Amino acid sequence: MQQWETTFNQLIDALLPQLQADEALTVELVAEASQFTRFNQAKVRQTGNIENGALTLTLMGNERSTTETVTFTGDKTVDWPLLLTALATLRAELPQLPADPYLVLPMGDAQSREVYDGQLLTPDHLAPALMPPLQGLDAAGLYAGGRAARAYADSTGQRHWFETATFTVDYSLFTAAGQAVKGTYAGRQWEDAAYADTLATSKTLLDQMAQPPKTVERGQYRTYFAPAAVAELMTMLSWGGIGEASIRRGGSALGALQRQEKPLSPHLHLTEDFTLGQVPRFNQYGELAPLTMPLITAGELVNTLVSARTAKEYGIPSTYAAGGEYLRSPALAPGTLADADILTALDTGLYVSNLHYLNWSDRPKGRITGMTRYACFWVEKGQIIAPIENLRFDESLYNFWGTQLMALTQSVQFMPEVGSYGYRDLGGTLVPGMLVDNFAYTL
Amino acid sequence: MTATPLRTIADPADLLQTAIASFNLAADWVGIRATREESVYRSQRDGKPESNRRSLAQGAMVEVLVDGQIGYAATNNFTVAGLRQAAQQAFQQAKAAAPWKIHAFQPDVRPSVMGIYQSPVEKPLKTLTTAHAHELLSRICQGLKVSDQIVQASASITAKEVDTWLASSSGTQVHQQFSFFSPSFGATAQDGAIVQTRSNNGRGHSYQAGWEFFDLGDELWASVQRTGEQAIELLTAAECPEMSTTLVLAPDQMMLQIHESIGHPLELDRILGDERNYAGGSFVKPADFGSLQYGSEQLNVTFDPTVEQEFASYAFDDTGVVAERQYLIRAGMLQRGLGSHESQARLGVPGVACARATSWDRPPIDRMANINVEPGDRSFGQIIGSIESGVYMEANRSWSIDDQRFKFQFGCEYGRRIRDGQLAETVRNPNYRATTPQFWGSLAQVGDRNTWQVFGTPFCGKGEPNQIIRVGHGAPVCAFNQIEVFGGAA
Repeated sequence: MQQWETTFNQLIDALLPQLQADEALTVELVAEASQFTRFNQAKVRQTGNIENGALTLTLMGNERSTTETVTFTGDKTVDWPLLLTALATLRAELPQLPADPYLVLPMGDAQSREVYDGQLLTPDHLAPALMPPLQGLDAAGLYAGGRAARAYADSTGQRHWFETATFTVDYSLFTAAGQAVKGTYAGRQWEDAAYADTLATSKTLLDQMAQPPKTVERGQYRTYFAPAAVAELMTMLSWGGIGEASIRRGGSALGALQRQEKPLSPHLHLTEDFTLGQVPRFNQYGELAPLTMPLITAGELVNTLVSARTAKEYGIPSTYAAGGEYLRSPALAPGTLADADILTALDTGLYVSNLHYLNWSDRPKGRITGMTRYACFWVEKGQIIAPIENLRFDESLYNFWGTQLMALTQSVQFMPEVGSYGYRDLGGTLVPGMLVDNFAYTL
Repeated sequence: MTATPLRTIADPADLLQTAIASFNLAADWVGIRATREESVYRSQRDGKPESNRRSLAQGAMVEVLVDGQIGYAATNNFTVAGLRQAAQQAFQQAKAAAPWKIHAFQPDVRPSVMGIYQSPVEKPLKTLTTAHAHELLSRICQGLKVSDQIVQASASITAKEVDTWLASSSGTQVHQQFSFFSPSFGATAQDGAIVQTRSNNGRGHSYQAGWEFFDLGDELWASVQRTGEQAIELLTAAECPEMSTTLVLAPDQMMLQIHESIGHPLELDRILGDERNYAGGSFVKPADFGSLQYGSEQLNVTFDPTVEQEFASYAFDDTGVVAERQYLIRAGMLQRGLGSHESQARLGVPGVACARATSWDRPPIDRMANINVEPGDRSFGQIIGSIESGVYMEANRSWSIDDQRFKFQFGCEYGRRIRDGQLAETVRNPNYRATTPQFWGSLAQVGDRNTWQVFGTPFCGKGEPNQIIRVGHGAPVCAFNQIEVFGGAA
């Protein structure tokens, strides 16, 4: 895949001299070579590999900007004519556009290069490594792995390259009655023993799902949320949450926090943390984010995600966020609850391993609805009694991250992103488990 | 081999046939699905440009069937050499996985067909100039800002021209040319901590057409003004009351209701368990087809890829199966599911032509296309006039349903109380929740053809690896008895 980087640099070196004096240009690259093997009932459902890439050019001039994305194959002879055609198209369109008062021109001299190698399974060895440990189980899931690249260059000379080899095995194991547990094995180095250990942990949990599920009536219950469930709740902050633009325009659930009308718990500390090296630090403007940036400290909103465009519109400093002002590498700080004490502290209530299909039900009030999923249990006096039938919840973050937040666990887990809309997602979320009182279940 | 960008190839059918002829594989069947998608997205906020984006996505997926297993390889290197390399990789994928195959597929899961399809277009997308598009978007933003309390007015258009070609070792030759257009606008009003957003039918305007849907004259500008005014109206409206009552849904909310609680649960791959690790399974069992009373006798639902201008119409699915209108539910009784030839072979129940892929780099899976509730015989006036007390809701804004498609909670942008057979005061934050069988079983009145409207969305997510796809949903106004409705947070 060295060819990707070489071709990208050659294309940029050839393209920049094509610019006219009053033009500015940014170029972003996304590329991947991925293996996908989907399984159900511990059998292969679909298997294949894809090679895909795209170059996105943004041409700016005379207070206007326009963007075109074209195919990137890594073969300069294929990519160069498309790039030249795109530049001509953009140049012709620019004068037809209205002026953009919030246009962000590239500036700075940032450069970066991060390359993370890995040891991944080859197509021939994938099924023989992936499938035998699943035999005897009702397993469904996806292996997704391969190399992925993200890059940036602009007419001021900024240039960034990020390339990584990663894999994820995201799976579910089912009992005959349809109860399930969720597991993920992910990394950069495939190890048969580590895969087997991950599956063994899931199998142990699956054994606890064997008994008939308990029907829990709607109501408010003390609830322990395992890290995967906490990570799911965290995703909502990227959708009308922590972004400055959404706060300014009335679309954020954190508006009440920002206006100091409603507090969050002093136990809550949220940071954007790039030290793990899972995702690029650069954004679509070529800016490098700081290695760490606190967002919520002791329940107070100390920073928001501010893109360069938002910064220009409102005359405030950028915090080097991505254009969409979403969390890229969030970390929720641990608390004081020892893992061994979780069930004791929960006493009587629900142990929720995963959540599903979250949506804002009243965003200005911070209210979220969604479902419990996978290994969720009814607990009495610190003892797991039975798995539960899934419940719908409808609850405000000002309760579960506010007045009703009892504790966060001492340990944190990295929950890898396993999404693949368009391209395989990179990165993940670092989160502890959390204990919440009086969490509202509605159906 | 000199590489030839797909942009310069008017019709690559010959290239595909040449490539297939060059494959030297001991396979039972080989096929290529090539796609070229040209997109334009333009948006403004508060009358200022936000986005001007074009994209060209192109490539091909080669599928190879060997030892009963299909392997695939997708490449954007659209040359004979590139396709030949992909075919070799797909062959290797199938051979390596065949010992663990879930089913021994036969070549008949990829039928041999020839044909063409073209979207109905009055005003070709390329004739909407950049300048004119922005003039319209700017004017919409201005029209939405009916008050200083409008804190955000936004408008956008998405236009896509998509060509797909199918070719196979069994003689398939298909070319489909699609034209997709999605205009959208909305206004957000704020008064202190109260924030309300209203849009053009929940941003459900997605059609297979040219840009004629953006050139509606007085109808468009009346809709713009109404959207802004209703956003303001919602600021002072009462919260939707919490009660069990008669719920009347407009077609722009029926779209979401059909999609989540009829479309997805009837997908055969969910019933087979393929989707359990991501989107989920289904409460529907294989034995339910032909025997389950899915809803009241008022309920008639079709899979209909033949409706002109509906978003997900086509002549062939992405495996070459000829697309035809079929009843999924008739008089409330479940008839058939949404499943490809592959799923039908595995499950032994009838399906439809619905194997679809989001693009050239994803394999086809069972997907909805156009799923429509057929009209009944009640006028809007008759429906409302028959209700002593109830709530009428328009336009989806919140959606959540469990992984078996059983327990759901949906929220709408705009509601009206129904009192004594009349639409009464506006209510804000209207929500409702129910279980799927209870909800469709409570369907009491179905609006006539005059109440029937078609909407669509490009954003249906499913599959591993993940795919989004276009769907269309036509529906009349419908009334449901004894549904739990409620408002926003205290």
